[in-house]
Amino acid sequence: MTTALILIAILLLGSAAAAMLRRNLIHSALLLIASWAGVAAFYLWAGAEFVAFAQVLIYVGAISMVVLFAVLLTRQNPVAELPAEPASRMRALTGITVAVCTAAILSAAILSSKFTPAADTAPQTSVKQIGLELMHRHGTALLIVGVILTVALLGATILAATDAKEKPEDRP
Amino acid sequence: MSPASDSYLERAPLELRDWLVQFLPEPLQWLAHHLITVVAVLAVFGTFFAFTTIAERKLLARLQNRLGPNRSGLPWIKGLKLWGLTQPFADAVKTLTKEDIVPATADKWLHFLAPVIVVAFSLMTFAVLPFGRNMIPVELNAALLYFFAAGAATELAIFMAGWSSRNKYSLLAAMRALAQLISYELPLILSVVPIVLVAGTLSTKAIVLTQGYWTSGFLPHWFVFTPWGLAGFLIFIVAALAESNRSPFDLPEAESELIAGHLTEYSGFKYALFFMAEYFGLTALSALGVTLFLGGWQAPCVFLEFIPSYLWFMLKLIGMIVFFIWVRGTLLRLRIDQLTRLAWKFLVPLALLNVGNAAFWVLSAHWAGPLQLVRWAVSFAVIVIPFVIMGRSLTAGFAPRTYRYAS
Amino acid sequence: MLGSGIIKGLAVTAKNFVGSYYDPARMTTVEYPEQPTVLPENYRNFPFLVSENATDPMGTLRCVACQICEKECPPQCIIIEKSKDKKPDANGKMQLYPAVFGIDTSVCMSCQICVEVCPFDAIKMDKVFEIAATDRFLDLYLNREQLAKPNTYYHQIHPEEAAEVDGRLTADRKAAEEKAKATAAAKAAAPVAAPKPADSAVAPKPASPAVKPQDEPRRLVSPKPGEGGSPLGEGGPAKSS
Repeated sequence: MTTALILIAILLLGSAAAAMLRRNLIHSALLLIASWAGVAAFYLWAGAEFVAFAQVLIYVGAISMVVLFAVLLTRQNPVAELPAEPASRMRALTGITVAVCTAAILSAAILSSKFTPAADTAPQTSVKQIGLELMHRHGTALLIVGVILTVALLGATILAATDAKEKPEDRP
Repeated sequence: MSPASDSYLERAPLELRDWLVQFLPEPLQWLAHHLITVVAVLAVFGTFFAFTTIAERKLLARLQNRLGPNRSGLPWIKGLKLWGLTQPFADAVKTLTKEDIVPATADKWLHFLAPVIVVAFSLMTFAVLPFGRNMIPVELNAALLYFFAAGAATELAIFMAGWSSRNKYSLLAAMRALAQLISYELPLILSVVPIVLVAGTLSTKAIVLTQGYWTSGFLPHWFVFTPWGLAGFLIFIVAALAESNRSPFDLPEAESELIAGHLTEYSGFKYALFFMAEYFGLTALSALGVTLFLGGWQAPCVFLEFIPSYLWFMLKLIGMIVFFIWVRGTLLRLRIDQLTRLAWKFLVPLALLNVGNAAFWVLSAHWAGPLQLVRWAVSFAVIVIPFVIMGRSLTAGFAPRTYRYAS
Repeated sequence: MLGSGIIKGLAVTAKNFVGSYYDPARMTTVEYPEQPTVLPENYRNFPFLVSENATDPMGTLRCVACQICEKECPPQCIIIEKSKDKKPDANGKMQLYPAVFGIDTSVCMSCQICVEVCPFDAIKMDKVFEIAATDRFLDLYLNREQLAKPNTYYHQIHPEEAAEVDGRLTADRKAAEEKAKATAAAKAAAPVAAPKPADSAVAPKPASPAVKPQDEPRRLVSPKPGEGGSPLGEGGPAKSS
């Protein structure tokens, strides 16, 4: 089991690191997607198959599309490599500062949270239980998330909508 | 369960597997057990794929008043034609021996990876399909979710293929594929949600078992025979056609506009892999449709249960595929704007309504007597009235076309 | 209602499907090698040489090696070499004949210009389209022997056109005969002082009005009897070229 975890961790972290190192944006996006798949593999390893499949379906299946669309639509030349700017002390300093700050916040959060020792066997949670839990205890949160997403969707529609007149032959 | 469920034919495949496994030492048995299952699924559906291609060509030909391929017989025997049934093997030899061309400016790795990924993921979907009574490769609690998750990854492969080819047409096709697949993922999943609602489970095995009842012995309780089930099935079929890139939604590989789209720069075995994955995807989606709406491996009547369950499953699967081929031989390709409009303005609202419809069906499950009729009528009205109204608005101002120059 | 068109369309194809099994008239295709296609009268692909007699094709070629077609051919796929000797043609006139006549069908573009420029109706378009070969150079180069096909064959593949051509040729021949008779008579009348230039100037005149009659019966394939019995034999050795 531990070997599997190490392999998954290597896949996850390796693809994430490679995603940052690549200069080709499409490669980075695909590697990012691979690291999401690694997260799903980790869930699967932990015995949470529902979350794992949801992760694949939503991240690898849907969000990846949005990312790729964004990359393809925004970049003038999707295959051109980013211009390599000369490394300056200023840039290095900024990078290190940001990294240190992020690390500080994250490690503070990790250190302050209490981890209860995990059970030897994964708890048997069925999909039905997850659903009931979501609807009963976390119903409000679910509703809020739904409202926020709907608002975002409506906003996107309004931004994208043009009032061009519809021609009858355009209809299916 | 009736005695038919325990007949010799019913048990034969599983017993054959157990018999083979027992020859191995204890630690290898678990592995062999699963390997045999995998090999059996691969062999059956590989052959099925081969004969789907020839069936498609022959059926399309007949739908257009042609004969279709009828020449290839067996080598070394002249004059024996076998109605051209060996055509897929000739095709296989041809594609395997073709040169594999990779464009000079292509992204070599992605170009190579795309066909591998697309086949791997489309094969993975077969793991959770119950092919017969007790014949399911992997029993998962969240099987439906697994199916859609595995299916979602193929879209990525199509994008990789289109982008890595470094070809305008391929890239355009990749964009189209993304837009199409993301649009139709939604109605596809929404059309399945009512099933989950009514059956109360995501497991494909349990869903089939809930459909395994008959009213007075010959009226099967398949989900397709309920108002919401029928609507869900129709939405599912449309979305499945789009998800498997088949006509009339074959925009990503439109030959006339995009010279086969993301397949333009592929040749030889890699092309064959894409082709294979496409048919595997179609077969898997059809099998899912059979499982969810057409009662899976259940016989339509009680007295027909003597036919083994896996044969019933295959029969229904073939029926679905023939229907898909029939549709391909009939309908014309949609434009990209028509395609997305159909998905977002018509199928998604209908599917959402259908979810509510199924909820009503669950809530009114205890209604009996004359109320049963009301239940059916209400459920029917909830789906038919919006269909008619939305259909009107979708086709408004779209009279039958008059052709001025063509007679 | 939405979807009714789809159902109508499905019904049409279903009708096709069922109909294709019991109604052969529906079929849009023919099973080609077993079932030959009927080519339209004006179909053409590569030229062939018309010979008068099927039994002696080399001796009775209409071609007189004038090389007009060779010069006119846009892709230059015709190769002609004139013979050294002469032999009588169908009209009994002494003519050259092609010692070498070859057409490279891999170059030929089936334009029919050679046919149109030929003043002797010696080259015509063929209908043979099954020309697959294993050697792309030698097998697609047709020599004189392969190109020569009898006039009867021409009648088979282009009946109307062949009848018209034959009518014209017979008329020409008749005119030539009459002219020959006339000159013979003139010679008999005035054996000594027949001025040559006048004779040649008069000669074409009776020929041109005689072209008109189109309703001539189809001419036999055999060459004119009595004329050039021995020169025909000389066609044989010429093959060695």
